Amino acid sequence: MSEPLLKVRDLKIGATVYPPGEKPHDIEIVHGVSFDLMPGKVLGLIGESGAGKSTIGLSSMAYGRGGVKITGGEVWVNGRDILKSKLSDIRKLRGGEVTYVSQSAAASFNPAKTIMEQVIEASVEQGKFSRKVAEDRARNLFAKLGLPDPDNIGARYPHQVSGGQLQRCMTALALCPEPDLVVFDEPTTALDVTTQIDVLMAIKEAIRDTGVAALYITHDLAVVAQVSDDIMVLRHGETVEYGTVDQIINNPQEEYTQALVSVRSIEHEEKAPTEEPVLSVRNITARYQGTKFDVLHNVNVDLYPGQTLAVVGESGSGKSTLARVITGLLPPREGEIYFNGRTLTPDFKHRSREDLRELQMIYQMADVAMNPRQTVGTIIGRPLEFYFGLRGSEKRKRIIELLDEIELGESFMDRYPAELSGGQKQRVCIARALAAKPKMIICDEVTSALDPLVADGILKLLLNLQKIEDVAYLFITHDLATVRAISDNIAVMYKGKVQRYGGKTQVLSPPFDDYTDLLLSSVPEMKLGWLEEVIANRKMESAGN
Amino acid sequence: MNPVLKLLAQRIALSLFLLLMISALIFAGTMILPGDVAQSILGQSATPEALANLRADLGLNDPPLTRYFEWLFGALQGDLGTALTSGQDITSAIGSRLSNTLFLAFWAAIIAVPLAIFLGLLAVRYKDRWPDKLISGVTLASISIPEFLIGYVLMYLIAVKLRWFPSVAMINDSMSLWQKLNSIALPVAVLTLVVLAHMMRMTRAAILNVMQSAYIETAELKGLSTFKVIWRHAFPNSVAPIVNVVMLNLAYLVVGVVVIEVVFVYPGMGQYLVDHVSKRDVPVVQACGLIFAAVYIGLNMVADIVSILSNPRLRHPK
Repeated sequence: MSEPLLKVRDLKIGATVYPPGEKPHDIEIVHGVSFDLMPGKVLGLIGESGAGKSTIGLSSMAYGRGGVKITGGEVWVNGRDILKSKLSDIRKLRGGEVTYVSQSAAASFNPAKTIMEQVIEASVEQGKFSRKVAEDRARNLFAKLGLPDPDNIGARYPHQVSGGQLQRCMTALALCPEPDLVVFDEPTTALDVTTQIDVLMAIKEAIRDTGVAALYITHDLAVVAQVSDDIMVLRHGETVEYGTVDQIINNPQEEYTQALVSVRSIEHEEKAPTEEPVLSVRNITARYQGTKFDVLHNVNVDLYPGQTLAVVGESGSGKSTLARVITGLLPPREGEIYFNGRTLTPDFKHRSREDLRELQMIYQMADVAMNPRQTVGTIIGRPLEFYFGLRGSEKRKRIIELLDEIELGESFMDRYPAELSGGQKQRVCIARALAAKPKMIICDEVTSALDPLVADGILKLLLNLQKIEDVAYLFITHDLATVRAISDNIAVMYKGKVQRYGGKTQVLSPPFDDYTDLLLSSVPEMKLGWLEEVIANRKMESAGN
Repeated sequence: MNPVLKLLAQRIALSLFLLLMISALIFAGTMILPGDVAQSILGQSATPEALANLRADLGLNDPPLTRYFEWLFGALQGDLGTALTSGQDITSAIGSRLSNTLFLAFWAAIIAVPLAIFLGLLAVRYKDRWPDKLISGVTLASISIPEFLIGYVLMYLIAVKLRWFPSVAMINDSMSLWQKLNSIALPVAVLTLVVLAHMMRMTRAAILNVMQSAYIETAELKGLSTFKVIWRHAFPNSVAPIVNVVMLNLAYLVVGVVVIEVVFVYPGMGQYLVDHVSKRDVPVVQACGLIFAAVYIGLNMVADIVSILSNPRLRHPK
């Protein structure tokens, strides 16, 4: 048996933290991780944010991001311990033997240089290939990765190509110097589902054809199952489980892995529309100021009291614009909105305080939706004062009630947002929306920034609160698993139009139109060989190409 | 129309408009100054008839607006009028003075700009280590000391004690380039010290700002040396703020050298301006003001144009 390409032994990584109100100090974030990667194989590193997976990936290039330092252990690449190497040798390794594909290609490409310059830079710099040979290699890689016009795309600047294309360019950048190992750090996370599978397939084929080994880092087990040979599950900087793909997916041993495999276990019975709708959107057409194109075309949807309408679509489909129109941030060009049986004034500035109170909103980014200098109690108390004039002990009592409803409790009252985890922050935002006793809440991608298990908890909470408070949700998301979990009605949006609309069962049952079919089939499934199957059965190209 | 061309056209139009406004301001400013030109030319003993005749000759009796437009159109055609005190044609007198000032500014810029940017890059490369602190300390000290003091100190040390360069920067057309450069070495050195700190600190700050970007990490992970990362990947993205501060300093080299020209007795615009301000020679003051304003506005316009052109999103639209 040959030697492993990458051999990691008892890797320990530390970082300096700056907690509020305390002195900065060093903590350990990875506590002794070991694994082997054979040439040409793919190891998936999976875990939630903070599990240390990116940090471990970058340690194979002897690189620590920000204040991160490798404090112990061994990292052997091609038979030598790179943690003991000189900086000049490490520079030869970086971009030569080991290369890196980051999550956001848009941020990782230098905006001032052409794609080709950046793709061939490492090869030329490391003396692996002459400029001419490297350019030929790059063009071949562009073609192999399915980029349009592979002979000329290199002359373009990063902002001139789409996000999905740029992510492929980043893969070409990593493969161009003919490395032995590529570290893929969440390469498809920032992409729409339909674009994701194209990029995933391109990466998988490139790995297979070039025989390169890879570390594939992601939080999405279903994705990593499609490309890896082995999987290592990480949590809080420690190995939870390490085995072959087949064993991890089909026969997980640890409780945590089992939870990851069976995530989204929510069962929600679809409710039939009975009463008058709380919100009716009628023939809405809208465009942004100063532009010449409508981003919403003749949109019609209804939301019933105590129910959930999921608005689903890819980026650019107009789903967030619809939320802006309903909240009155973007008055529509045509059409009307009825709320509680009355016509809603298009511009929020002219709406009554009652209308404002009854229509609340929860956002994707909980951290920026809260004032970092206010305590949780102040944040939740503000709508209580503003809408109901509550003061003193009455207000305090209500805040505690709300904190109990979101399963945090009284002890959180005096904490600041910076002291909360991502899921806890989102819970506080939910409590703030509920404090106004609204008839409906617009939830804009509220679980997208959260880890799967945390997101699952938030969805369960939202469903629970819906039963107690009888509030309706307009739930905007790109994630079909979320849609399945919580909706009563679904509107599929595509290019500013409602492509498909109706009850959950009806929308998610065949016969499908081509777009809904593409969208549904693109959701990664926790099963081996799913990727090849879905690519073979596709009826239309995804929009992100 | 190409959006870049449109932006550039707008920027240039704005500069011309600004220059027109400034010309009006300069004219109005010199109008409201107390005193009478005719009186100051002829002196206290002049007869009222002589004063009235001279006023009529100089056109001082015309309405101000008429005089402004006559002056402006003259200036546009290269005729800046005649100096009251000497009767000389201002355009030809300023011509040689201006070329001397530009000569001094040019050589100071040739040394100061690349040096400042190089020191800025070096300070980033060794951020928070001793080279960074040394560069910051020395440049900060040199900008804090008044320029005439630096001038006299250098004059004493280099011209008087060491006798390397002359202490008085006299140049004329019969000198060879080498002789001229030898003659202006000291003022160039002082000007370099004065403008260095500002440009160097801006370069350092602008590049450090960009060093946080994800594409810098990409470059580091390609195995590039730190200096290559800074030069190839950070610098091109911080051109706009650097060019702005460079242009401000170049403008200073042209319009702000009055003190240095006086210290080194250099026959430039500054000295010429000071002489004629003290003689209350209004047409000369107006002409100098207009030229200085044009230089300032022109260089800032160049800075904006370079900033626009350095943005790949504008240069290469989708």
